[in-house]
Amino acid sequence: MLLAGCEGDLSTLAPAGPVAQGMANLWWAMFWGALAIFLFMMALFLLLMFRPDMGRNTPAYRWIIWGGLVFPVPVLLLVTGVALWQGERALGGTAPDRIEAEAQMWFWRFSYPGTGMPDSIDVMHMPAGRDVEIVVTSPDVIHSFWIPRLGGKIDAIPGHANTIVLHADEPGEFGGVCAEYCGIGHIDMSFTAVAHADWPAEAQ
Amino acid sequence: MTPIERHKQLDRIWNSGTGFQRLSAVNHPVVGRRFMAPALVFFVIGGLLAMLIRTQLASSESPFMEPGTYAQIFTMHGSIMMFLFAIPFFEGLAMYLLPKMLGARDMAFPRLSAYGYWCYVMGGSILIAALVLGVAPDAGWFMYTPLSSSTYSPGINADVWLLGVTFVEISALSAAVEMLVSILLLRAGGMSLDRMPIFAWYMLVVAGMMLVGFPPLILGSILLEAERAFDLPFFDPTRGGDPLLWQHLFWLFGHPEVYIIFLPAAGVLSTLIPVFSSTRLVGYRAIVAAIVAMGFLSFGLWVHHMFATGIPHLSLSFFSIASALVALPTAIQIFSWLATMATGRPRFSVPMLHVGGFFFIFVCGGLTGVMLAMVPFDLQAHDTHFVVAHLHYVLVGGFVFPMTAAAYYWLPHITGRQPVQHLSHAAFWTIFVGFNLTFLGMHLTGLLGMPRRSWAYQDPMWEVLNFVSSMGGFVTTIGYALLAMDLLMLVKFGRPFRRDPWKSGGLEWAMPTPPATYAFGAIPHLDARGDSLSPAELGPKLAAGEGYLATPRGELETLGVDPLSGKPSQVVILPHPSYLPLMTALATGGVFLSLLFKVYPMAIVSTVAVVTLFLFWTRGRQKPQMLDAGMGLTLPNHRAHPAPPSLWAMRFVVAADATAFASLLFGAGFLCISAPDWPPAIWPGPGWLTLLPAIPALVVLLAPKGIVPVIMQTAALAGFALVLARTQGMTEHAAAASLSAVAIYGGLHAALGILFAGYSHWRRGPDDVSISALWQRYAGIVAVTASGFPFILRLLATGVS
Repeated sequence: MLLAGCEGDLSTLAPAGPVAQGMANLWWAMFWGALAIFLFMMALFLLLMFRPDMGRNTPAYRWIIWGGLVFPVPVLLLVTGVALWQGERALGGTAPDRIEAEAQMWFWRFSYPGTGMPDSIDVMHMPAGRDVEIVVTSPDVIHSFWIPRLGGKIDAIPGHANTIVLHADEPGEFGGVCAEYCGIGHIDMSFTAVAHADWPAEAQ
Repeated sequence: MTPIERHKQLDRIWNSGTGFQRLSAVNHPVVGRRFMAPALVFFVIGGLLAMLIRTQLASSESPFMEPGTYAQIFTMHGSIMMFLFAIPFFEGLAMYLLPKMLGARDMAFPRLSAYGYWCYVMGGSILIAALVLGVAPDAGWFMYTPLSSSTYSPGINADVWLLGVTFVEISALSAAVEMLVSILLLRAGGMSLDRMPIFAWYMLVVAGMMLVGFPPLILGSILLEAERAFDLPFFDPTRGGDPLLWQHLFWLFGHPEVYIIFLPAAGVLSTLIPVFSSTRLVGYRAIVAAIVAMGFLSFGLWVHHMFATGIPHLSLSFFSIASALVALPTAIQIFSWLATMATGRPRFSVPMLHVGGFFFIFVCGGLTGVMLAMVPFDLQAHDTHFVVAHLHYVLVGGFVFPMTAAAYYWLPHITGRQPVQHLSHAAFWTIFVGFNLTFLGMHLTGLLGMPRRSWAYQDPMWEVLNFVSSMGGFVTTIGYALLAMDLLMLVKFGRPFRRDPWKSGGLEWAMPTPPATYAFGAIPHLDARGDSLSPAELGPKLAAGEGYLATPRGELETLGVDPLSGKPSQVVILPHPSYLPLMTALATGGVFLSLLFKVYPMAIVSTVAVVTLFLFWTRGRQKPQMLDAGMGLTLPNHRAHPAPPSLWAMRFVVAADATAFASLLFGAGFLCISAPDWPPAIWPGPGWLTLLPAIPALVVLLAPKGIVPVIMQTAALAGFALVLARTQGMTEHAAAASLSAVAIYGGLHAALGILFAGYSHWRRGPDDVSISALWQRYAGIVAVTASGFPFILRLLATGVS
């Protein structure tokens, strides 16, 4: 049931593109690592609570040096290093295919400059199998553009044009939502991303 | 003199009175308890709102609130728990405990504590009244603009938040100043900094963080309220403003705030774990270094709340690394506690049960915190229920569990009764199981894509998880009801005890319980660390008058020491009970209510009333003189000392004020670089004229004493008024709005300069003169900076574009 549950239309754990895949891998790695650290810490606490003699021979400074520095520093270096490397791949870069996404209270308008495709509301067409750059803007309040199965969020902030590069491996439909609270219509701002094998897409 | 006679005489001097006279109470046990009581009421209200949220989300068919109502509920849940529960609660605990742990008879500024208390209760009441009337804030507890701007939130709701919370923050800032001065100056003789009980170190760092953490929020709130009320477009991107400025100012406060809440609780743990391990704290110096490091680090990671706002990845990396680094000082503390347990002999007891709860939940929250510090993962988890789960693990684990342990530990001190343990275990396990049931699965809800602040949903998998969370929420509530009953039974039916029921080494137990109004019959002289004493032996000696200031003289006396060495240096004489704090707080409330209902003439009248009332606070002061301090020492009273508490307080006020000023300048500079439409078509400043106030300001810097600053600050004020009058188009572009704000800031400081200079010239106490001179110098620097800033901003604007 747990695995089936991960398959939802908005699940970050059912990635459908390389960026989301990397993020999901990072999550699972951190999850197992964190679980191990957590169990170790709990065991240590319970051991000291009920068998304090076990730690008596370890001098105090050694506890602090090992527990406060030697143990966490390599772990933090490793996880931060991997995350920086991955973040640089996920956040850097541009793509020749551009889609403009304008968030408004409370719908999304997508336009496709240079493709001859008409604007669409709450449905975003995109090519499958290649990078696409999405320029996210807002004329009113702050919204946030998020297709969990393809990649992370990017805020739509009035006065700014933010970009995000996404990539869908295969043609298909993916759920999208507004992630930043934007007023009473917040949850009505869901949309669908449709990845097409042919681009510009003919059938809409 | 027998101990009984001493008690009677001291009690007559320190007593707060009964009946209506209680409104004039300023004594720390009264005010400390008063802070905690409404904080618990607000905790209950916030908890009930949480229950409404969980009922709404229990299933896809259970929503019973409209989205607008739901928005008010979740906004108020967050705001109440942060601003009306967590901060005031630990402020109250610190006020109650600090003097007793440090060997003082009261805090340094008892009337300021009382004023802060009234501001807190009145500000909190405004927020709750708005909730009852259905006009509560509804833009989320971090009030992101433009959603909270007058265009998208036209009602009074957002004003209630901006003004109500700022009103409450007055109490946080006054508590910060008060704790800093009290910890540094008012201690037992011989208690050097490195002999302070560890809790005092924690509160010293916390108070320092509050002093520089709150001003950016207060400044941001004033700017946003100015935009809403007077149309000054600081955050409006169509007129040169930028919504991101609000996020920077809010999180510049908001992230340190998390550590401001966690550190007092960690201080409780560092106090309790050694006691229940029958040993002294291991790694005292390592912990002090860790919390000071944490204090500094916490101001360098606010951007990790803004990873999705489009900031370049390289800049995000810096904040990501800083966020991960915070794990180190935390790990040092946790392993010091484990080492303490290892060197001692842990014994099982109810407070220790809650310490165990803390370990489980907080370690979990800390680990998800490191995950969220990683940019790629945060971009997925941000603004989902994963973050909601994480922050509850950190705040409930890192604050509520340790504070519950603190309640079991120190309630016997307040009531003089020891626990009767019938419900304690059941309450703990119900809360613990309920909490994890609520929030453990919520991590997954978030990873499955459920955004926070959704008032309804359809996804079937989310439904299962939310149902479990809601059931867990109700179990937690039942647990807290049991806890409340257990604590009530302790108060009502607990067994009285002699001294020091936990066999602690702390000075706060070296007194009869419940404590006398004056805390110590005589102020001790220590030659050991403040957590390794024998209260059972020390207590009777102090009651018998073995110490400083043991002979009552009719005034409220406590010992002032050298901040570093703890050598006795002055006798600080504290004020008697007074209605002035209440009256001043009422007048301050008048200012806030007039602003809320936009009756601006009334706001001016109330402000004058506040200033006038504050001037009355200085009446009836002692004359400078030398006093016999006991133990063969003769010391000056605080008015005859070159560095009295009031001068220290002014130093800290200047530090807080400078932070606010720096935030304002940062804000203007940020807009210039980040906002669209800069520079404006016509530069709004009046050119060289803006330098005018700098001339008198430079004179003030050279001659800050006597009649000179009265004249020169008047000239500076006039100069700023002229600059303001010549700055065109305040409502048309953020550049003009920012320059006006800077001029107003300079003008206000000049005006206060006139007030202080006139007062000190007229009263002419040595302390008045040095306090005024400090302000004059600072106001002079502000004026010079404010005069030069328009040029820098213009250079930045034209240079960049």
